Amino acid sequence: MSGGPSSTSAGVPRRLADIAIARSGDKGNRATLSVIALEAADYPLLERWLTVERVAAVYRGVVQGAVTRYPLPHLAAVHFVMDAALAGGVTRSLALDAHGKTLSSAVLALPLPDAGPPGA
Amino acid sequence: MNRPFRIGAGAGYSGDRIDPARDLAERGQLDALVFECLAERTIALAQMRRQQDPAAGFDPLLRERLRAVLPACTRQAVTVITNMGAANPPAAGRAALEVARELGLPRLRVAVVTGDDVLAWLAAHEVPLLDGGATTASLAGRIVSANAYLGADALLPALRGQPDLVITGRVADPALFLAPLMHRFGWAPDDWVRLGRGIAVGHLLECAAQVSGGYIAEPGRLDVPALEDVGFPLAEVGADGDAVITKLAGTGGRVDRLTCTAQLLYEIEDPARYLQPDVTADFSRVQLREAGSDRVAVSGAAGRERPALLKVSVGVREGFIGEGQISYAGPGAKARGELALRVLEHRLRVAGLDRLEHRAELIGVNAMHGAAAGAWRGPPADTLETIAAAAAGDGRWQRILAEPDEVRVRLAVRCATRAEAERIGQEVESLYLNGPAAGGGVTQGVREVLAVASCLVPRDAVQPAVEWLEWVR
Repeated sequence: MSGGPSSTSAGVPRRLADIAIARSGDKGNRATLSVIALEAADYPLLERWLTVERVAAVYRGVVQGAVTRYPLPHLAAVHFVMDAALAGGVTRSLALDAHGKTLSSAVLALPLPDAGPPGA
Repeated sequence: MNRPFRIGAGAGYSGDRIDPARDLAERGQLDALVFECLAERTIALAQMRRQQDPAAGFDPLLRERLRAVLPACTRQAVTVITNMGAANPPAAGRAALEVARELGLPRLRVAVVTGDDVLAWLAAHEVPLLDGGATTASLAGRIVSANAYLGADALLPALRGQPDLVITGRVADPALFLAPLMHRFGWAPDDWVRLGRGIAVGHLLECAAQVSGGYIAEPGRLDVPALEDVGFPLAEVGADGDAVITKLAGTGGRVDRLTCTAQLLYEIEDPARYLQPDVTADFSRVQLREAGSDRVAVSGAAGRERPALLKVSVGVREGFIGEGQISYAGPGAKARGELALRVLEHRLRVAGLDRLEHRAELIGVNAMHGAAAGAWRGPPADTLETIAAAAAGDGRWQRILAEPDEVRVRLAVRCATRAEAERIGQEVESLYLNGPAAGGGVTQGVREVLAVASCLVPRDAVQPAVEWLEWVR
């Protein structure tokens, strides 16, 4: 894996939000999370870098179960399904956002890796 | 038969806007207009209303929606298809006839599809629940409703009878769209690939504006034109099931690769195995190609044999949730909010409620002081000095900068009884006289928890049927 966060010329770290959008949804007690490249050209970076481990780390303490990843090159998107993520599901949860609809915004804060040589 | 089939989405949930649906009905040159209005729990809530009143239990907005679209739809021969029947499709059908009479329509032919209610079947059978190891027997005495997800096959007999309006209860959302496509193009019930493509169209449309610019805008990063006037989507579907997703000219929103990808993947698990009553759809090789302004061509969906069993949503009473909120603002807001939480934890212990599952948290940005939020930090010049001091490592200023301008204490507790749940809000309210300084804006509430459990049933547990109702002036 690559090293520290990359920077634009202005010195601001590049974040996932700079190259992707995300949407989450609920299915029982599972949360779904789609991360979609704004430009299809950035998809290889998403697929290489947005691992199950990175996503699980973002939601540590919220998601209690396994995270499954579905890379979708045709759609330039990486889709995740997170088990035991919604405190029992929308119909039971005590949370203000019982659907987990706001979860998608958290992953977008991830700092992107340095733009190294391809495959770095 | 080479003309594409034009199918629109008139609602993505039970409370959705009505004016974009009317616009689609009037200007969409549609063949069919579908209203998807049943979330997981909606039908259980409707079942409870029906228990109070045998004539109730269907979508509360049904009459208003039909009044908005039936004049145009009947004039232009647009078939309206909806699951607004919820827990009582026959009563919804009768309400539709009343609307036709009020509107003075010359004629309205309504097909009411029933058979999704499997409450009686479930009372006589025990099957495993999908989440966890228990069976339906563990829910005994608490079950409010049980509805199987019917497929498009249950709607085909209704569509063959030339209805103006088809009203159903629980049907898999995308199947509401697949059914008229199967009917129009004569797709066989085991033509898995075309059925999979029809499901892709249905899934893209079933949340209405979520594919046409709703729920995606981020100012400056992903702007959506005229979001306040976002139009509902429609699809132009060919005989092979490939389609173009678009929206009406002159409406707000956008339809592009991003909006379609986000909706295609919304709330699905394995994209290669999207389980539906009619087909196991495969979206993993779908291609979305921008084909003009606000037009996206969808191709490459596929399908395999349908699952053997049908999914059932079971509505279950699960006690009550009591909740209270109170806000603190200005300097030290967070500390006072945290003190309030400690007081509340103690009060829960005193009341013997501390072992109940609960959430105690702080929320808030600018609900208290509005435009004046953060003014206590000082005028802008001082703020710059503050930032400079913080950057220079002054710990005191760093703490001030890190503090929110307000916090809202929120306590939510899962309770067995309504009385217990009412106690929660009362405890929060008592912080007015008994808690930290300057709390304000208390709200409190109790709601009964109607949870949804899922199980699978054999196909012969459901007996879909069609009842015909007709209004003639």
